[in-house]
Amino acid sequence: MTDLPEHPDFLWDNPEPRKSYDVVVVGGGGHGLATAYYLAKQGITNVAVLEKGWLAGGNMARNTTIIRSNYLWDESSGIYEHSLKLWEGLEEDLGYPILFSQRGVLNLAHSLQDVRDSVRRVEANKLNGIDAEWVDANGVKEICPIVNISPDVRYPVLGATFQPRAGIAKHDYVAWGFARAAHELGVDLIQNCEVTGITTAGGRVTGVETSRGRIAAGKVGLCAAGHTSVLARMVGLDLPLTSHPLQALVSELLEPIHPTVVMSNAVHVYVSQAHKGELVMGAGIDSYHGYGQRGSFHIIEQQMAAALELFPVFARAHLLRTWAGIVDTSPDASPIIGLTPVENLFLNCGWGTGGFKATPGVGDVFAATIARGKPHEYAEPFALDRFTTGALVDEHGAAAVAH
Amino acid sequence: MQLIPCPWCGPREEAEFHYGGQAHVAYPADPSAMPDEEWAKFVFFRDNPSGPFAERWSHSAGCRRWFNAVRDTRTHDLLAVYRLDEPRPVIS
Ligand SMILES: Cc1cc2nc3c(=O)[nH]c(=O)nc-3n(C[C@H](O)[C@H](O)[C@H](O)COP(=O)(O)OP(=O)(O)OC[C@H]3O[C@@H](n4cnc5c(N)ncnc54)[C@H](O)[C@@H]3O)c2cc1C
Ligand SMILES: [Zn+2]
Repeated sequence: MTDLPEHPDFLWDNPEPRKSYDVVVVGGGGHGLATAYYLAKQGITNVAVLEKGWLAGGNMARNTTIIRSNYLWDESSGIYEHSLKLWEGLEEDLGYPILFSQRGVLNLAHSLQDVRDSVRRVEANKLNGIDAEWVDANGVKEICPIVNISPDVRYPVLGATFQPRAGIAKHDYVAWGFARAAHELGVDLIQNCEVTGITTAGGRVTGVETSRGRIAAGKVGLCAAGHTSVLARMVGLDLPLTSHPLQALVSELLEPIHPTVVMSNAVHVYVSQAHKGELVMGAGIDSYHGYGQRGSFHIIEQQMAAALELFPVFARAHLLRTWAGIVDTSPDASPIIGLTPVENLFLNCGWGTGGFKATPGVGDVFAATIARGKPHEYAEPFALDRFTTGALVDEHGAAAVAH
Repeated sequence: MQLIPCPWCGPREEAEFHYGGQAHVAYPADPSAMPDEEWAKFVFFRDNPSGPFAERWSHSAGCRRWFNAVRDTRTHDLLAVYRLDEPRPVIS
């Protein structure tokens, strides 16, 4: 395992907001920071990232850090695999450690239909040049010896898809790496600055109102994860999104026992072991709409029950902390990226439970979309109008978290 | 665990209920005349406010009846619970 870097005292400045920018990015999570970085890399440096709280204090700091690109459809393969390739060179690119660990991801199958769907997805992945294998129950045991493959449980493990290049990265370091690099290229990172209004004239965006005054902008990109509906309403725009609490939890530190990432859609838990040794676990979203950043206890109860059946060895592990983030889910479990009916206002939202893995990829693609004023080819299938045309990118089966 | 006041059974644990999403979404009056944009709104677009929200719940592990509630999505507080045929109460 890689050594942990020292905690950085100082990676970026905290400037006063200027009166005007070429591009204002709303939301200082991973997506907003990556977007600003890739904008600056192509020479667009008169950019501000506005964050209502502290940098990367939203979902970026709350997710379970799983990175993979084994989605079903070509459209998703395009953007998620683009992202995975960027992850593979990100540490060098940012000059900052992100503890990217390609330890592989197993997506378990528990029924004959799961098996068929999984094999189909493996073949689809291969056709798209993405590493994927089908392994049977013994193969699961070889990759992750602590998985219970006994046939005597309620939902026996029949096998799994395996993506060896998938893995985890340390989310805070990813955000800090992007923040530091964007700052060095001249981007203003402005914390404690809530966007309270979006101003327009003649159908195009002119700037934003914030808790720290009005800021003019040539272009505005929304990277506000769970809160995009609230921002879009400021210009009268409705979005096909609902925001829900999504919870995760960690155990105390344990010896290295879990060498990969295991996800199960059917019994609904996903588990990895963090670099320091905590078991990191996530579950499904809470059913109801919510912005409260706290979820229901029974979800955790179900998630722990599922984890124990899959990993009996966890029985005596202590739970240390639970928390929730707010994720915006879309009807087809795919993101919405691109233009809006308001000129120069751009959307990056609807990532639901799975946008961390897209951080570098969508930063790059969204920056290009903002710079050109037209969708990057990987963003094109994810336009808002697909809900009217019906050209959905239905990834419910591969999104891995029920929503 | 959150207690939800079923209008018929009184306060019961959240785990007994099933969530039904936004309330007062009427089926289109004249479906065959409806343009694609409006179909998209009806099928895919729901309100998603940060604040009071009128929504449906079913007491599925109890009396199995549906009802409406106004809940503050920031605090999870149930501000009102009412029957399906009642209008959304005005909450000041
Ligand atoms: C528990 C949990 C587990 C997850 N696990 C995974 C996983 O394993 N793998 C994966 O790929 N994805 C995962 N995700 C999803 C992933 O975290 C998100 O899709 C992704 O972080 C969203 O992009 P972001 O990083 O920019 O969002 P965020 O980090 O949430 O950034 C949005 C920012 O916008 C700010 N903001 C909101 N409104 C305003 C405003 N009005 N003005 C200014 N700023 C504003 C917020 O404060 C926030 O910092 C998980 C999410 C959660 C909650
Ligand atoms: Zn009841």
